[in-house]
Amino acid sequence: MHEFGITESIINIVSDKAREAQASKVVKINLVVGELSGFVPDCIKFYFSSLSKDTIADKATLNFELAPVQLCCRHCSAVFCPQDTLWSCPKCQSHSLEIAGGQELYVESIEVE
Amino acid sequence: MKRIEIIQNVLAANDSIAAQNQRLLDSHNIFAINIMSSPGAGKTSLILQTIHKLKKKLSIAVIEGDVASTLDAEKVKNEAFAVVQITTRYMSENCSLIANMISRAIQNLPLDDIDLLIIENVGNLICPSEFILGEHKRIVISSLPEGDDKPIKYPMIFAGADAVVINKIDLMPYVDFDVPSFQNTIVNLNPKVKFFKVSCKTGTGIDNWCSWLLHGMDDKAH
Repeated sequence: MHEFGITESIINIVSDKAREAQASKVVKINLVVGELSGFVPDCIKFYFSSLSKDTIADKATLNFELAPVQLCCRHCSAVFCPQDTLWSCPKCQSHSLEIAGGQELYVESIEVE
Repeated sequence: MKRIEIIQNVLAANDSIAAQNQRLLDSHNIFAINIMSSPGAGKTSLILQTIHKLKKKLSIAVIEGDVASTLDAEKVKNEAFAVVQITTRYMSENCSLIANMISRAIQNLPLDDIDLLIIENVGNLICPSEFILGEHKRIVISSLPEGDDKPIKYPMIFAGADAVVINKIDLMPYVDFDVPSFQNTIVNLNPKVKFFKVSCKTGTGIDNWCSWLLHGMDDKAH
């Protein structure tokens, strides 16, 4: 369970930005979570409900966009989303692949009043 | 209602503390490695073998991360120059060490007198891959009884490793572990990775592993 500190970071980021914008309330937080990241949206939601109390983000809705695994072939430079767990390039069948996406966790935007 | 674009990495706070840790270690000429593996792969055994081999040349400190108990710290305290135990059970992150924990732990170490800092992470192949700590090298141990499919199941920890130590190599006659297939899966994701086949039980391969560590320290120093 490593979502506790992550949720605190999300609240800090969001609170700073909302204050900068002179908002009084954060209504929605849009997050992007990579499929390869070890973060579980339900855990973040669970911690958020208690950690956000008495903050500007209290009762804000958390919206998660799942970012798919994206691979880049080192041989032919094709960029693709793998369809199964045995990763190979759909163009040249190479297994030499760089992870180009799916590891991220970031706050994309917030909606404030 | 107003929408505000942010695009900010949630791990930036951890990464920033990790960078501070590394600057502090660099200012004391300390080389730090982060050892990660599943429980039971041999992190503490590799640390004991490494200290045994290098303690005449280097002053070695260890940070032990565990969910509970001080068992590992007890095991290494007679061998290492200094040991700090981090018990994560009551911390907000209990499945991995994070940069903040290392920042506090290194305050309890005599930094001027240390050459090599070995950080033993919590036994787990998922969470530690997310958090950098300020280390100079990231090491993953896999042991033969775990099976050769771990890089397929847990790609991120292997994709970010500088070296992979294959431990319990003395069990090769008794288990089905396809070493070339295991290595290929990792190299496909991470072409620069180094491999070491060792047995912490018999001492096989420990010399090669320690030579690589010493080279890494030399490279950093020059």
